[in-house]
Amino acid sequence: MINIKDVEHVALLARLSLSEEEKMVYARQLGDILGHARKLQDLDTDNIPPTAHVLPLQNVFREDRVGEHMPVDKVLANAPDRQDNFFKVPKII
Amino acid sequence: MELNYLTAHQLHDMLVSKEVSAEEIIRAVFDRVEQVEDKIRAYITLNKEQAVARARLVDKARAGGEYLPPLAGIPVAVKDNICTNGIRTTCASKILYNYIPPYDATVMERLNACRAVLVGKTNMDEFAMGSSCENSAFFSTCNPWDTGRVPGGSSGGSAAAVAAGETVLALGSDTGGSIRQPASFCGVVGMKPTYGAVSRYGLVAYASSLDQIGPLARDVTDCALLLNVICGHDPLDSTSAPYNVPDYTSFLNGDIKGMKIGVPREYMGQGIDAAVKDIIYKAIDVYTGLGAVVEETTLPHTEYALPAYYLIAPAEASSNLARYDGVRYGYRAKDAADIVDMFMQTRSEGFGPEVKRRIMLGTYALSAGYYDAYYNKALKVRTLIKADFDRAFEQFDLLLAPTAPVTAFRRGEKLDDPLQMYMVDICTLAVNLAGIPAISIPAGMAHNLPVGLQLMGRPFGEGDILRAAYAFEQNTDHHRKLPQ
Repeated sequence: MINIKDVEHVALLARLSLSEEEKMVYARQLGDILGHARKLQDLDTDNIPPTAHVLPLQNVFREDRVGEHMPVDKVLANAPDRQDNFFKVPKII
Repeated sequence: MELNYLTAHQLHDMLVSKEVSAEEIIRAVFDRVEQVEDKIRAYITLNKEQAVARARLVDKARAGGEYLPPLAGIPVAVKDNICTNGIRTTCASKILYNYIPPYDATVMERLNACRAVLVGKTNMDEFAMGSSCENSAFFSTCNPWDTGRVPGGSSGGSAAAVAAGETVLALGSDTGGSIRQPASFCGVVGMKPTYGAVSRYGLVAYASSLDQIGPLARDVTDCALLLNVICGHDPLDSTSAPYNVPDYTSFLNGDIKGMKIGVPREYMGQGIDAAVKDIIYKAIDVYTGLGAVVEETTLPHTEYALPAYYLIAPAEASSNLARYDGVRYGYRAKDAADIVDMFMQTRSEGFGPEVKRRIMLGTYALSAGYYDAYYNKALKVRTLIKADFDRAFEQFDLLLAPTAPVTAFRRGEKLDDPLQMYMVDICTLAVNLAGIPAISIPAGMAHNLPVGLQLMGRPFGEGDILRAAYAFEQNTDHHRKLPQ
């Protein structure tokens, strides 16, 4: 049901690079789990609305007020690499 | 009994009457940690110096005649997916091995405000994904009742720390049973509050519509005391519910006469260990003896909870975990050719196999062509599961079931078969899908291991749950048993 090509496609979408062995393991395991999930198709849900969230909350707004931000140095303290006030990453263009 | 085995309310009374100091309490906890931690391995990070300093501040405040809130000077262990300002928070993942949060989670702020003392950050399944505490990138935690067995997951470190006397209270997080199931395996009290009752600000997200922080404790009174501190609306969390938090200890009066308790037949059927079932029937006898009206009921869509959960939770996880790319924090792979290669290498080297499995599963369920067949279908089934509970609560005040279908299993036993591992959560998952509160309390021993009794309630019905749990506790002594 899930072949190696599917696994490679999903891995690319998820930005994961997998070894050949991992691809085989995931193809089997995802197949098993999704096979089990097919059980849901037994239920007729045509007129059932989806529940993404259990609380009856509407949009949450707060007042637009000027406040203090976290200092730049604190924000950047966990960065694997930085330069001045920026996160540093490999060349993009 | 040693101080580290007493409850928070006993220790509070002793602190107030000056029988003991906060420093003596925290030192007793760290003595115990020194004694057993190499066997149990409940903690990823210990916080001894700061903890002793904070305990001294509590003693100083007491000497100055200040009022001591109920958790002042009480040692609390915190799961390592809850952000602690200046203290490493790893989620038991290589990808966050060096992350030091620049802020406290709201629950930490509340614990600090009431002067509780942080013992350390507890081990867990990586990003809270797992049912055995074996998916940690660092080490596995052992069950204090039998170190050859798992403590349950994913809050296994928190549950084991409470059971082994390495803390007095603990916080965990529960996405599909991750507080209740380890509480059951380790013989302690664990509660998953109503979704929205406790702020998730500063909780590292796994599946945002299901995750909820909750207490692990040695008895129901301590559970109520910790709930009192952590519950309540938080403007920093847009999913936090605006509601008036009652004093949860006011429900602990032992009176459950006439309370209507339903036992869903789907939770007592196939797949539940006979010895576990036997203990649940004995618990039902206790309730009947106390004047509760216990009747069988049905939650007909229960069998669909597991597949629905294992589509919804990974889908949310695949989105939440997209932020781990090696740019702003955490692990970054070396020598990447370009930025996409850096993302891919970082994530592949940083995440463990279970996390990758769930990201893959979630990405698949959300991808073009499969969204309606899997993810949207699962959300519709979630509606049916929630409706089952709504119907049951029209008739019953509470529902009663086992917390887990089995007692703690052997380490390594289910590692190669994810579907088998997922089955361990069959009694807990539906509660998270419906957003309702539930507790696990010690109900007896089977195969020389603890068995948990689960009580589920209406949304924001924590008070009813605590009332019934307390009544059971007052009439049994299972919660007093300690691992040798």
